[in-house]
Amino acid sequence: MIPSTVPPKYKVFVDPERCMLCERCTTECSWGVYRRQGNKILTYPNRCGACLRCASLCPRDAITVTLNQSCGREHPVWTPEVKQDVVTQAKSGCILLSGMGNAKEYPIYFDKIVLDACQVTNPSIDPLREPMELRTYVGKKPEKLEFDYVEEEIDGKKVKKAKLKTKIAPNLKLDTPIMIGHMSYGALSLNSHKAMAKAVKECGTFMGTGEGGLHRDLYGYSDNIITQVASGRFGVNSEYLNKGAAIEIKIGQGAKPGIGGHLPGEKVSAEVSMTRMIPQGSDAISPAPHHDIYSIEDLAQLIRSLKEATRWKMPVFVKISAVHNVSAIANGIATSDADAVVIDGFKGGTGAAPKVFRDNVGIPIEVAIAAVDDRLREQGNRHKISIIASGGIRNSADVFKSIALGADAVYIGTAAMVAMGCTVCGRCYTGQCAWGIATQKPELVKRLEVDDAARRVANLIHAWTHEIQELLGAAGINSIESLRGNRDRLRGVGLSEIELNTLGIKQAGM
Amino acid sequence: MKELKIDAKDMDYRELNEKIHEVLDENKDLEKLVLENVLGQRFIGNGVSRKDLTIIVNGVPGGDLGMFMKGPKVVVNGNADHAPGNTMDEGFVVIHGSSGDVTGHSMRGGKVYVQGNVGYRSGIHMKEYKYKFPVLVIGGAAKDFLGEYMAGGIILNFNMDKEDTENIEGRMIATGIHGGVIYIRGIVESSQLGIAADIKDFTEEDIEKITPYIEEFCAEFGYSNEIKEKLINSKYTKIAPISSRPFQKLYTPDLR
Ligand code: SF4
Ligand code: SF4
Repeated sequence: MIPSTVPPKYKVFVDPERCMLCERCTTECSWGVYRRQGNKILTYPNRCGACLRCASLCPRDAITVTLNQSCGREHPVWTPEVKQDVVTQAKSGCILLSGMGNAKEYPIYFDKIVLDACQVTNPSIDPLREPMELRTYVGKKPEKLEFDYVEEEIDGKKVKKAKLKTKIAPNLKLDTPIMIGHMSYGALSLNSHKAMAKAVKECGTFMGTGEGGLHRDLYGYSDNIITQVASGRFGVNSEYLNKGAAIEIKIGQGAKPGIGGHLPGEKVSAEVSMTRMIPQGSDAISPAPHHDIYSIEDLAQLIRSLKEATRWKMPVFVKISAVHNVSAIANGIATSDADAVVIDGFKGGTGAAPKVFRDNVGIPIEVAIAAVDDRLREQGNRHKISIIASGGIRNSADVFKSIALGADAVYIGTAAMVAMGCTVCGRCYTGQCAWGIATQKPELVKRLEVDDAARRVANLIHAWTHEIQELLGAAGINSIESLRGNRDRLRGVGLSEIELNTLGIKQAGM
Repeated sequence: MKELKIDAKDMDYRELNEKIHEVLDENKDLEKLVLENVLGQRFIGNGVSRKDLTIIVNGVPGGDLGMFMKGPKVVVNGNADHAPGNTMDEGFVVIHGSSGDVTGHSMRGGKVYVQGNVGYRSGIHMKEYKYKFPVLVIGGAAKDFLGEYMAGGIILNFNMDKEDTENIEGRMIATGIHGGVIYIRGIVESSQLGIAADIKDFTEEDIEKITPYIEEFCAEFGYSNEIKEKLINSKYTKIAPISSRPFQKLYTPDLR
C-alpha cells in the first residue's frame, strides 16, 4: 500500500490523570482509534473523523479531540484538507466519497435575511391567547370554487343550499409546516427510521422513506409516510405505493445534483435486501436518469402511472435539486399533474456523494425558492402545485424565511439526525456510524434507543412549531397561509442589489 | 369461464382504467376480461393485483401497460407502446407484435414476451429477489442499451429474422449489469458491450436453462415444432456481469 504523506486531521488525547482504563472508548469507537496496551490507552488518530462518540461517553471526561494544527506550513490556498484530498487520490486513483452536506463556506442567505416585525402598522398578536393557524395543506388547490345550489325543504320551507361542485385534489394535511425529508433505509438504520416515524406521527406530520423501500415494521405508520420512487425503483410495488399517504418521485438531490444513488454492497444486509428486493451484498444502483423519463411529458406519464396505481387518491411530489434553471423545471412540473415540487438546496445532506459534488454543485435553496415562486406566479400556475423547500434548514427561522420566500412547507433531514445524536462528522458513507444512525451493523444500530430518539425529534419539531407561532404573532399574522410568499416580512442585510432582486426582498431600512 | 367485455372506443385512459377497476371489484370471480377497440390508452392493468385473470387487449395499448401489475396475464393482439411491464411485480404480458422503448423497465418479477422487435433500453434495470425472477423474451431484434444496469432475471433475444451465424446490431449492451443474464441468438462482439458486461461460454447448462422459455414462447405465439427446435439448437451469446459490485473500485475506501 502507498503510505500517506499528510499527518492526521485530528489529534486525540487521553488524559492519563483522568483515565480509569475502563476501555469503554475501545468499544465505542467503531473506527478503531483506541486500543489498550498495558496500563495505557493507545490512540490511532489517523482513523478519527471527530464523530465524538468517545468523548461524549467517556465516564471520566478524559478524551479530547482537537484539530491537528501542527501539520506543516500554514497556507491559505493549500489547506490541510486540500492537501489531504490530493494525497488520498494520488494513492488510490479513485473518486473521493463523503457524507452529509456541503462543507464549504458559501454565503448562507438565510443569515443575511432578517424578519421584519410590525409593531403598530400590523399590531402583534399574542399566540398564547389567540389561535395561530399552522395547518398546512400540501397539494393542488383549485383555481376557483364552484357551487351547485339545490333546493331543499326544511320545516316546510324551501331553502337553497350550496354544494361544492369543484373537485378538490387530494392534499396532505399537516399540523405543522415541518416534515422530515427522504433518507433511505439502507443509508440509515432501521432504528433511526422507527424513531422518526414515531416522531412525525406524534407531531401530525410526515416523513419520507427515501428510495430504499418501506420496512414492514413501519407499515403501521403509513398515514404519516411519503414513499419515494427513484430511478432504481427499489422496493417499489403496488403494495408499497399504497402504504404511504403520498408518493415522491426523486429526480435529483441537493447534495449531488445530476448523479444517481449508489448504496454499496456492504450496506445491503439481509433486511435491507428484503426491503429493496435485491440480492444481499450486491450494489444498489440508481442511475442518474429515470430511464423512462426523457422529457416533461415522460415525467407526466410516470406521475399519472403512479396515480393510476393508487387510483388517484394520493398526491404525487417531484423532488429536484436546486440548479440554475430550477424555475423553468418547476414550472414544467406544475403543468404535469404533480401536486408538489420539492426543491433540495445544495446544503442538503446525503449518505454518500462524491466529495466534489457535495461541495461544488448546486445552488442555495433560498434563491431557488424565490425564483420558483416568482415563476409559478407569473405563469398563473402557483395554485397547481405546492413548494417544499429542503436542504440546509437549521432552525425555525429558516423555516419561517423559507415560507415567506414562497414555500408551502419544508423538509428537514440533518436537523432530525442531529436531534437523534448525529454529530455531522460526514462519514455516513462508510456504514460505520458510531451513533447507530447511518449504519446497518447490528451492534451499532442498537446504540440508538428508538423511544429516546423519537422523543428528541418530536421535541425539536414541537419547539420549532412554537417558535413559528411566536414569529407569526410578532409579524401580526395569525395564519401560516398569510405568510406564504409574503416577502414584505423579510429584509436583506449585507446583500447586493442583484441578490436582493433575485430573492425578491427589500433592503433593511426600506 | 366467466368472461366480460369492455368497449374502449372513444374512452379516455382514466375512464377506461377506472372502468377496469370497477369491473374487477364487482366481479371477484372474473377469469377473462376482453378490451375491444383499444387505441393508445395508457396504464392498462396498472397496479392490478389478481391471479387467474386474463386481460385480452384488442388494439394498440399506450405506454406503461401492466405497470406495477401483480398476477394477471395480459395478451395484446397488436403492437404495444413504450415500457410494457414497467416495474411489474408478477404476471405475464404477451405481445403479438412489437413494443416500444424500455420494454420491461425495472421489472422485478413475472414475464414479458414480445413476438416482434423492442425499442431502446429494453430490460433496463430488471432485478430479482429470491423467488421473484423477471423474464423478458424478445422474438425479433432489440435496439441499443439492452439490459442496462440489469440486476437480475433473464433476457432472451431470438433475432428470428436472422441466422444464428450473423452478427447482431445493437450497442452498449448491458452497461452497468451487476446481476442476471442475457442470451442473444447470433454473434455479439465484445465491442458491442457496455462497461461491466462480459461474454461467457454458452454451455449445455445454459441450453437447459433457456429451453423452457423457448417452448413457452413458441406455444404462446403458435410457432411450429420445427422453429422451436431451430431456436433450441441455435448458437447464443451469453452476456453476464463481471461482478455484482461493478463500481466498487471507482471510490476510494480511504477514510477522510
Ligand atoms: S473511556 Fe475514558 S476512562 Fe474509559 S478507557 Fe477510554 S479514555 Fe479511559
Ligand atoms: S450519521 Fe453518523 S456517520 Fe453520518 S455524520 Fe452523523 S454521526 Fe457521522
